[in-house]
Amino acid sequence: MSSDYVIIGGGVVGLSVAWGLLRRGLRVTVLDGDDGSFRASRGNFGLVWVQSKGMNQPRYAQWSQTSAAAWGDFAAELGEATGQNLGLEQKGGYDFHFSEESLQATVEKYEALKDKLDGDYPFEVLGHNALRKEEPHIGASVVGAILHHQDGHANPLRLLQALAADVRRMGGRVLTGKTVTDLAKPDGFRVTCADGTVVEAGKLVLSAGLGAAQLGPKLGFKAPVRPQRGQVLITEKLPKIINRPSLIARQVDEGGIQIGATNEEVGLDDGVTQPGLSGLAAEAIAAYPVLGRAQLVRSWGALRVLSPDGLPIYEESAEMPGAYLVTCHSGITLAAAHARFLPDWLEGATDAPDLEVFGEARFS
Amino acid sequence: MKPAFLELDPAAVRVPVRFAGETLMLPEGANLATALLAAGVTVLRHTPVSGAPRAPYCMMGACFDCLVEVEGVVRQACMMEVVEGLEIARPHEGDAHDTL
Amino acid sequence: MTRYDLAVIGAGPAGMATAATAAEAGLSVCVLDEQPRAGGQIYRDVERAAARRGDILGTDYTQGAPLVAGLRAGGITNLAGAVVWAIEEGFRISYTQGGAAAQIEAGRVLLATGALERPMPLPGWTLPGVMTAGAGQILLKQSGVLARRAVLVGSGPLLYLIAAQMVRAGTPPLALIETQTRADLIRAARHLGGALRGWRYLLKGLGLMAEIIRARVPRYTGAQAIKIEGEAQAEAVTFTCRGRAHRIDCDTVFLHHGVVPNTQAARSLNVAHAWDAAQQCFAPKLDEWGQCDVDGVLIAGDGGGIGGAKVAEIAGQLSALHVAGELGHIDRATRDRRAAPLLRARRQEMAARPFLDAAYPPAAQALAPEDATVICRCEEVTAGAIRGYARLGCLGPNQTKAFGRPGMGPCQGRYCGLTVTALLADANGQTQDETGYYRIRPPLKPVTLAELAAMDAGAPGQAEKAAE
Repeated sequence: MSSDYVIIGGGVVGLSVAWGLLRRGLRVTVLDGDDGSFRASRGNFGLVWVQSKGMNQPRYAQWSQTSAAAWGDFAAELGEATGQNLGLEQKGGYDFHFSEESLQATVEKYEALKDKLDGDYPFEVLGHNALRKEEPHIGASVVGAILHHQDGHANPLRLLQALAADVRRMGGRVLTGKTVTDLAKPDGFRVTCADGTVVEAGKLVLSAGLGAAQLGPKLGFKAPVRPQRGQVLITEKLPKIINRPSLIARQVDEGGIQIGATNEEVGLDDGVTQPGLSGLAAEAIAAYPVLGRAQLVRSWGALRVLSPDGLPIYEESAEMPGAYLVTCHSGITLAAAHARFLPDWLEGATDAPDLEVFGEARFS
Repeated sequence: MKPAFLELDPAAVRVPVRFAGETLMLPEGANLATALLAAGVTVLRHTPVSGAPRAPYCMMGACFDCLVEVEGVVRQACMMEVVEGLEIARPHEGDAHDTL
Repeated sequence: MTRYDLAVIGAGPAGMATAATAAEAGLSVCVLDEQPRAGGQIYRDVERAAARRGDILGTDYTQGAPLVAGLRAGGITNLAGAVVWAIEEGFRISYTQGGAAAQIEAGRVLLATGALERPMPLPGWTLPGVMTAGAGQILLKQSGVLARRAVLVGSGPLLYLIAAQMVRAGTPPLALIETQTRADLIRAARHLGGALRGWRYLLKGLGLMAEIIRARVPRYTGAQAIKIEGEAQAEAVTFTCRGRAHRIDCDTVFLHHGVVPNTQAARSLNVAHAWDAAQQCFAPKLDEWGQCDVDGVLIAGDGGGIGGAKVAEIAGQLSALHVAGELGHIDRATRDRRAAPLLRARRQEMAARPFLDAAYPPAAQALAPEDATVICRCEEVTAGAIRGYARLGCLGPNQTKAFGRPGMGPCQGRYCGLTVTALLADANGQTQDETGYYRIRPPLKPVTLAELAAMDAGAPGQAEKAAE
């Protein structure tokens, strides 16, 4: 066996897991796609986000909180090893509301969730005037915001790059330009690629994003993931305008204002549309009117990797024990948990996190 | 020192334009980037990445090195014409809260 | 929204010829160009400037005036100063004109987006005072503005044209620093047979050269290790020539080593492109009519492969005939009858091209810049950084874009794309086609959020975000 683990998928999810396994001294091979692959890792919004997650499944809210809390150390260690500043800022984030009704309704949901989490859900409600003190450029039509103190954001592209560098530095073998065509388990796992490459490993992690839908069933998984398009905008680099991130806009560490995102069920189409761009621009201006004069320099569409209920899937194959499906929508938020705690679960450690609610049994 | 550029047939009608707080008399209707160069302006902006000085490079709207700020909007000087009273600033070098 | 039979993007020779031919055949045509006056870069501002500077610029320039006049024909809507920023299925074309966004629809789209200067990343090329040779020409054509102390650097006939124009205007360049070598000329000799069929181009070149020599402009060929020095602006060019180091003080440096198709709009429509080894650039795959692999999208002129103004004009006419035929305005026989002499003329005009491409290859130093050289002007990314990203597993430019931001700035890769592809191809031992190019998306040119938002159908702020 050349590796303890073969990881299919070299995006943020796969590399985070690889990084965590390598830190435990395990031998890891990562198979990655090519330049044209659908890559949520380079199209995402970059939030390290807790609020609004797991409204119907408190364990997911908790798992997000666990990861958000681990992000600081994770970013520091990865940053030190690679010389990359991951741009992590965790001083809270907003959910803006344009009507009292929607604000009130959301607060009620948050209160209910807070009860289920034994009170560990630190948020406060800011009215327009209080919000204006925090965000001087806020628009008149924003009636208020929920400020959740566990929220934040990072530079997701530098995270991707740092992981790619550090996985290699720690001896991880990363094979690029690979398309997996065949999976078998004669003894250990045997993964065959389109170009004839064969990788053998004791265990297998499937973290191929949307590719899991196709490869999952070959390993005995349901892998019911589907694409959901998000269009995202980014402006020219600007002086500081936005203090804290929100689901509408954030100012990235390089200065541009990132605006997102649409939620569109359009299959594997990751294109950009004028109506999509216009809708996002209008919403951003409603939140921060001064943005009207900003130049949009770039936009993109990226495909979220969504399960039917939006929660991550962590499952060991019953058919092929030793094969694990790891997939989620929030690969940035969960990067720290995937790097720090998921390896314990993969290795069957006694103090491994309880991820049972994220299994595929919930889809039967 | 002589300006780096000379005008073959200097325009008769020149209008006042403000650039970075200075008043320049530029040929009305002329290409703004060209007019600034001919008036002896060497640096139109500083990059947001390193602060390096930049000036017109391609003159055809493709390189975005001639960006200037006019009425709070950052635009390509090579795609604009000289109009009397233009208030031009180097991008985002003024007060961020008012001008963007 | 107004709907046209044909939308023409770009009012250079290809676009103007397309519009005139299509309108004459009875099609409704809308021409969109971002410049305030038609002509493209080759005939920029020709209606205003020909009378004033025609003697300096020459007849190759002044002959563009009738084409511009042709845009005033019936059946043509000419939208000048219209910056196109999105072309979508349908086709729905979004543009900004006079600070407001607007849209048209068209059954077919002809892209006549012309050429860009081939990126020429040399040490110091981002300094103020360094411009493309094409920019130098635009200063002269449009405004009669000349650089007093300029050095021309690179290779290709355009350098001679500009030098000769500067001589005629009374401000000859301080020097011509050329990168092509005697060996290139010898290699090019095998194309001489074809070149002689295109003798007019060669004769023109010899005439320009004679003007430059008469003016005693110093020429250096086979220049290497070129560097532009200066703190806040260009102050000198240093280089070696036949083993000797040179330094020429100057205020202005004009760079040129060929032009390449401007493929931004075509790529945004996912048009298939292929590497053209002779011209050292990507070009869209087209049939003889300029039709690409995307239905309803045609490409004419330098944007479809470099051929120059005359070839562009012919290609525009051919595309227009093809569309007129498809829409039933002319029958197939008429189309072919009218196309035959155009196809012949195009072959004639292209005859000298292989010789010129071989005799004036791109500067090797700028195709494989040293590590410290900035290759992405917008995000200030160096060649060394790109090579480093290749070591981190980046196979293509969309991966390096995510890693180090090259191509993410406002120029959207126009002046780094080919360099990044070349660096990655070299580092990964792949071809240019395998390496690929940036994925280009709207907006093709920056647009303000207010302009975008003004086109929004829904009320602002009502969209609720999905929770997960």
